[in-house]
Amino acid sequence: MTPLVVVLSLPLLTALSAIAVPASMRVTVALGGVVTTLIAALWLGGVVWHGGPVVLVLGGWQPPIGIVLRADGLAAALIVMSALVIAAVAAAARYEMAPTPAGPRASFGFWPLMLLLWAALNAVFVSRDLFNLYVGLELLSLAAVALVAISGTAQALASAMRYLLFALAGSLLYLAGVVLVYATHGTLDITLLGARVPSPVDALALGLMTAGLLAKTALFPFHVWLPPAHSAAPAPASALLSALVPKGSFLIVMRLWFEAMPDLAAPSALLALAAMGAIAVIWGGALALVQARLKLIVAYSTVAQLGYLFLVFPLAGGDGINQPWAAGAWTGAIFQALSHGLAKAAMFLAAGIYIAAVGSDRLGDLRGLARALPMTSFAFALAAVTLLGLPPSGGFTAKYLLMTSAFASGQWVWAIVLAGGGLLAALYLYRPVAALFTREIRVRPRAIPRAWQAIPLALAALAILLGLLSAMPFDLLQIGRPKPAEDGL
Amino acid sequence: MSAALDLALCALILGVGLASMAGRGVFRAAIFFITYGLLVAIGWARLGAYDVALAEAAIGSGLTGVLLLAAHGRLRRLRAAAESLSRFNLPAAIAGGGVALSFGWAWFALPVPRAPDLTYALPQAGVGNPVTAVLLNFRAWDTLVESIVLLAALIGVWMMARDADWDAPLGLRYHARPSGVLASFGRILPPVGLIFGVYLVWAGAESTGGAFQGGTVLAAVGLVAMMAGIMRPPRVAQGAWRAALVLGPVVFLGSGLAGAALGAGFLTLPEALAKPAILTIEAALTVSIAVTLALLVLGPPDEGGQQA
Repeated sequence: MTPLVVVLSLPLLTALSAIAVPASMRVTVALGGVVTTLIAALWLGGVVWHGGPVVLVLGGWQPPIGIVLRADGLAAALIVMSALVIAAVAAAARYEMAPTPAGPRASFGFWPLMLLLWAALNAVFVSRDLFNLYVGLELLSLAAVALVAISGTAQALASAMRYLLFALAGSLLYLAGVVLVYATHGTLDITLLGARVPSPVDALALGLMTAGLLAKTALFPFHVWLPPAHSAAPAPASALLSALVPKGSFLIVMRLWFEAMPDLAAPSALLALAAMGAIAVIWGGALALVQARLKLIVAYSTVAQLGYLFLVFPLAGGDGINQPWAAGAWTGAIFQALSHGLAKAAMFLAAGIYIAAVGSDRLGDLRGLARALPMTSFAFALAAVTLLGLPPSGGFTAKYLLMTSAFASGQWVWAIVLAGGGLLAALYLYRPVAALFTREIRVRPRAIPRAWQAIPLALAALAILLGLLSAMPFDLLQIGRPKPAEDGL
Repeated sequence: MSAALDLALCALILGVGLASMAGRGVFRAAIFFITYGLLVAIGWARLGAYDVALAEAAIGSGLTGVLLLAAHGRLRRLRAAAESLSRFNLPAAIAGGGVALSFGWAWFALPVPRAPDLTYALPQAGVGNPVTAVLLNFRAWDTLVESIVLLAALIGVWMMARDADWDAPLGLRYHARPSGVLASFGRILPPVGLIFGVYLVWAGAESTGGAFQGGTVLAAVGLVAMMAGIMRPPRVAQGAWRAALVLGPVVFLGSGLAGAALGAGFLTLPEALAKPAILTIEAALTVSIAVTLALLVLGPPDEGGQQA
């Protein structure tokens, strides 16, 4: 229980301290909180691994009066992944968000916003209460929008505004669904809802909540806010926004469909979700192909990579009989969320280093940078391996699991999407990699400290390790796994 | 008689709501929106939800109204307000209409809602007002995070500042004539508002009121005082103000952690300590909510430069 309380409260407490303390102490306080929370997150992972799900009944009040938090294997895996990403982002932000390059406003705002975003993510990952999830989502969205605005350019403010409108519309739709659920069943607890007496209003409630969450997850056709917002933010903020923020709302979609209301998983609804995901894979990949700036390529790649997550629905679904491939699909989708988080954060942090080195992220200006910044460029290439789904990366494990269940269930259409998406990723990531590794140098870069260069490399290596040592995260995800994830929707 | 009143109220709410959307001018829309909020507050009161009514009147209508009017003033200053809102938005209308219709259907399909049974829980909660018991005890985790959401919004607003203005006082400069209405208001209103705000927080333990409602009244007091030139708007660099922003969440979180450290559990209030603990948390939260709301309305630090 202790590590769970630390993981929830320490980022909040550190954020509050970072606001209150004088500027000279801010970074020290923030980094202290980051390191301690990272340790607590790993500790929580260990506790769940050895002892099973950790349950926290807040205030001692059982639902439906109170709120229950539960760290199962899924929550623990996401908490550990987020902690690793945020530790890396914080290390990079020591350079990028220092007052000298970033200015006093951004260097003030970044730390509390990053920590609040972290607290919101952890709260969402473990919450079993639909309204509590709404509160967590609000904190997550507001911190994320503010992180877009932090760079202060007119374009960043416009992108942040658009993001805010989408996020708020999503919140309202989700909240509308929550209201209907509470009015119908008198409880908001996911476990109690799993055992509810079905009502005709449930489908409407689930539809509203899902629509709201899809807007926040930037699934096609709600993706339009994502690329400008993620590319306008400073690189450490982009890493948080792309790698972590969509995973929060995606996790709630998973909890709703697999744990709260698995009985509503009609084949047509599952098909619609996966169809949007498939279009996102193709459309995001196609648009990433035509971008001229590295950050926009990486941001459109996020649109595509998030699409894969939604292929889980028909792959884990079917006609109600026990399906042996369902467990593989569910685990594959979570592996995709984990490996995309690590690899995408590595890519954005690498982009930040290039921008610091040559002052631009146009592909033309990045030519030949692999010579001056070999570690960073190697990190970018490694992260690309994960996004392509090549062995031995975590992305490979994810696509292998999804692909296997696609063939096992005879749904080869989704296998084509998986293969086509990989091919598109190869094409759109070839352009920046090829530019980086040419011989001629366009712009002479500024020197970048080696310790800074090592940060994206560490993240990209973790994404590869996720595939090499996939047995351990695989087993972790099975702890406290919902029944429909085993047997199919 | 009461049915006629309710019908008239419903018609007014719908009419004023439509008027706020259909109008062309930003100013007109804002005024209708404020009226709309007040009417909805009366609606909540008619339903017996007095806490919601107070919150709607204070935050939904009052504070949001000031925000909208301030935004209108800024737009006019920048001459960016072409004074016309964008025209009829078909997709938004279809989406909004669809949600409204489906809610109408759900109203007929829903069973009569049953509130969870609080007969055993409420006597152990430390306060008599079930709304306060839910907010500060049963679902304290929600309220704790909500109070921090407010803070995140303020940091977000501050991120809109121009870098050059970061050290300037928050918000635009207000000029009040020393003998004008605003200046006399600024002297008369604060004492009354202070008492009313503190009363709302104190009363919230047993009857209608609470930290959010009381904090909003106190925020309004501060805003009137600043607009009347009696109080200077703070700067981001002033540590005392930033400490006031985080006081409530820190006390709230601290008491939750104390519960965990003493073995009772995270955010658990032992029955004997529940009442004093809730009053302490509410008092600290009121300070932070009042300061956060007031600074949200003031807006980011602004030297008043004309370039957008």
